[in-house]
Amino acid sequence: MAAAARFTVVGGGLAGLMTTIKLAEAGHHVDVLSIVPVKRSHSVCAQGGINGAVNTKGEGDHPDIHVKDTLRGGDFLAEQTSVKGMCYAAPGIIYMLDRMGVTFNRTSEGLLDFRRFGGTLHHRTAFAGATTGQQLLYALDEQVRRYESEGKVTKYEFWEWLGTVKDESGRCIGSVAVDLRTMEIRTFPAEAVCLATGGPGIVFGRSTNSIINTGTAAGRAYLEGAIYANGEFIQVHPTSIPGEDKLRLMSESVRGEGGRVWVPRKKGDTRSPRDIPESERFYFLEEKYPKYKNLVPRDVATREIFTVCREMGLGIGGKDGVYLDVTHIPAATLDAKIKGVMEIYEKFVGDDPRHTPMIIFPGMHYSMGGLYVNFEADPRTLTPVDGSPKNQSTNIPGLYAAGEADYAFHGGNRLGANSLLSCIYSGMIGGPAMAAYAKNNATSAEAKSDRYFNDAKKYWDDRFATLKKMAGSENPYQISKELGELMTENCTVVRYNDRLKKTVEKIREMKVRWKSCNVLDTGNLANRSLSFTNQLWNMLELGEVIATSALMRDESRGAHYKPEFSLPEPKSKDPREDPQWMELWKKRHEKWAKTTIAKHSEEGPKISYEDISTPVLEPEPRWYA
Amino acid sequence: MDTAQAGATSKTVTFRIWRQDGPGGEGHYDEFRVPYGKGSNVVSCLMEIQRNPVTVQGQKVAPVVWDAACLEEVCGSCAININGRVRMACSALIDKLEQPITLEPMKKFPVVRDLTVDRQRMFESLKRVKGWIPVDGTHNLGPGPRQSPKDQATMYVLSTCISCGSCLEACPQVTLDNTFVGAAPISQARLFNMHPTGKLNAEERTRSLMGPGGIQDCGKAQNCVKVCPKEIPLVTSIAVMNREVSKLVIKDIFFQEEESKHTAGPG
Repeated sequence: MAAAARFTVVGGGLAGLMTTIKLAEAGHHVDVLSIVPVKRSHSVCAQGGINGAVNTKGEGDHPDIHVKDTLRGGDFLAEQTSVKGMCYAAPGIIYMLDRMGVTFNRTSEGLLDFRRFGGTLHHRTAFAGATTGQQLLYALDEQVRRYESEGKVTKYEFWEWLGTVKDESGRCIGSVAVDLRTMEIRTFPAEAVCLATGGPGIVFGRSTNSIINTGTAAGRAYLEGAIYANGEFIQVHPTSIPGEDKLRLMSESVRGEGGRVWVPRKKGDTRSPRDIPESERFYFLEEKYPKYKNLVPRDVATREIFTVCREMGLGIGGKDGVYLDVTHIPAATLDAKIKGVMEIYEKFVGDDPRHTPMIIFPGMHYSMGGLYVNFEADPRTLTPVDGSPKNQSTNIPGLYAAGEADYAFHGGNRLGANSLLSCIYSGMIGGPAMAAYAKNNATSAEAKSDRYFNDAKKYWDDRFATLKKMAGSENPYQISKELGELMTENCTVVRYNDRLKKTVEKIREMKVRWKSCNVLDTGNLANRSLSFTNQLWNMLELGEVIATSALMRDESRGAHYKPEFSLPEPKSKDPREDPQWMELWKKRHEKWAKTTIAKHSEEGPKISYEDISTPVLEPEPRWYA
Repeated sequence: MDTAQAGATSKTVTFRIWRQDGPGGEGHYDEFRVPYGKGSNVVSCLMEIQRNPVTVQGQKVAPVVWDAACLEEVCGSCAININGRVRMACSALIDKLEQPITLEPMKKFPVVRDLTVDRQRMFESLKRVKGWIPVDGTHNLGPGPRQSPKDQATMYVLSTCISCGSCLEACPQVTLDNTFVGAAPISQARLFNMHPTGKLNAEERTRSLMGPGGIQDCGKAQNCVKVCPKEIPLVTSIAVMNREVSKLVIKDIFFQEEESKHTAGPG
């Protein structure tokens, strides 16, 4: 390989841009493919902040405590060495972002300010108002623009990645992509390709995700042989505002800054919330979790809200919805720290949350699962080895994954403000890994026969020509909507095996219906229906992986909750003091503390399990009371 | 569902939407009628049209092509003209719009198809003003410079610019074929010049606003600030940068005089 090699990064969110910066900084050339201008990637939607144990509040915080909170929060399913690497890198990442000009909130001394977030007792979250993701993405976008103006990065915006180009050994030597404006299909030779393409929110129809997050690239990679891991672990965020088109996120920082969740104690109370006296309010999280209160991990908060509304019938007005109340906090404080979310509520609901408690309900938010990736751990530090080509590599040689698209960092449940961190960290180790991989390869991708590239292009030219002729009776957008409703109903907060079985069957029916799709648009320019029809197939594949993985895992862990297979409540407050219960837990844990591995086959996903090594932290039952 | 809501479901929303197959082509309006839902916005209605792309006249047509991503006014994708005024489609609530609702693409950017336009101009301008902090690298160099909460508050607001292009669309000085950078990039230059590290390159950035397409093309119509969905004080930014450019012009004149004195030499 020449000193300066050519790489492709797919996706221009935090993970993709960080990967790009690392490669460009090392003198390589990067082609960035993105379906939207990178500045509009979904990372902009992250609100609350980014975690790092900088310990500026005299609380004795330490990266080790961050590791522990993260692994515990993820119910011991995360890849432990990468989590340790991430938490140790976190303070440096926050400082790097600070140097890049992120407008982080400051203390009176001019230092970075930190706030509380869920699943921890420390002030560990650096933030820029309540639009931290936007600010972080812009910082990386600006650095990439700098490299772009120096000719080290070429952006292909409004280009959609379609699939890999492989040689006969199965090594990924490039990609095929389509220009979403001219509909031109071409190949991009690359020494290595990174998929930093985000999560599959739109598989669930309405979610907190951007409408570009269909998961299509991960779905396609899975079809091409990449392993999809822990697909069943889907985070449902406790606090979102339901809307016709999407569920708009109300950041965890609202609770981090003192927001309280409650419902009227009396069923069917029709009084205005402000007229309900304190004693008649049920602050159910504070009562049940006196230590963490409103800042229990998301899976816990979501289940409690679900129980209060669906089982106890205490939802506001008898419907799905609980109050998220910040009216006791001075408006100036709210504006300085969480104005972004206050404005979203005001704009889309019409009420001013500074004076009227918000009404919120859980909404699909994040996929902990994703493309399986490897790490090479240093046996001494138990963190990923700097510059190892193994880090972030999928099982397809030359294909890497980073950000929400990978499965590694969050296990069964992600802690708030760890996603921005994992995106950036995975890019920081993924970029150098790709460079090292290329350096170790005897032959460069560009020296490979044209045949591989021509064949791959022909495959996609033919496929798009066939799709464009689809003139059946089914509307792809309608199927997508039905898929979303099906997944939301059966694969989110509470899961039952009989329903999951039916869900898998229904998805298979949809795959049959897909074949009778009408592509709706025969235009030669910006034909979005054509590209969406192609994406829809990949979404159905991912839906099948998620539902099948959920069906197969007969336990409750993190965000995956099956009442039929849950353990009884322990007799003591600290479960470790109930030996009988501990026996049950151990048995269950030993059986299921495994990574779910999904491999594609014509008959549907083939599911197997991989043991998890726990060199960093010995698993224990999770409790937050 | 109570009766009031049941009645509401039979309500419909009427749209008049600009259709154009490609850049520079002829166009026309299509009329659509979609079911009304509580809290509907322009994007949710466009999604409804995707699921049933049939005009009021009963003609099956291609779904409308439009840009959108986050649907919460933070990605900047969905700026279009709604009833003749540029705004974000995701936050345009149907209840607050007069019907039929007319949707048209922005006029200051080349149309790609239907409501989508090419806003590459916005991003090129960010290159022109060197809208970044020139960091030494991504390796660990410790914390950044200390900043006061007051400066942070000012910079934060400037940094919420979503590059939607509304300020260019509303600006009488920006046209399809001229090079005026418009308000957004000028405000970004101000942002980076304020930053303690960005200050080190302030002159370079200020200088980038001189010359053709630069700040002197601003006609002070102040439309930009009125349409900015993020309420960024764009007029203030332009005034600040105008002052910086003027200072630089004076400095240049002074230096030229100084230099000519030195180079002239004795006798």
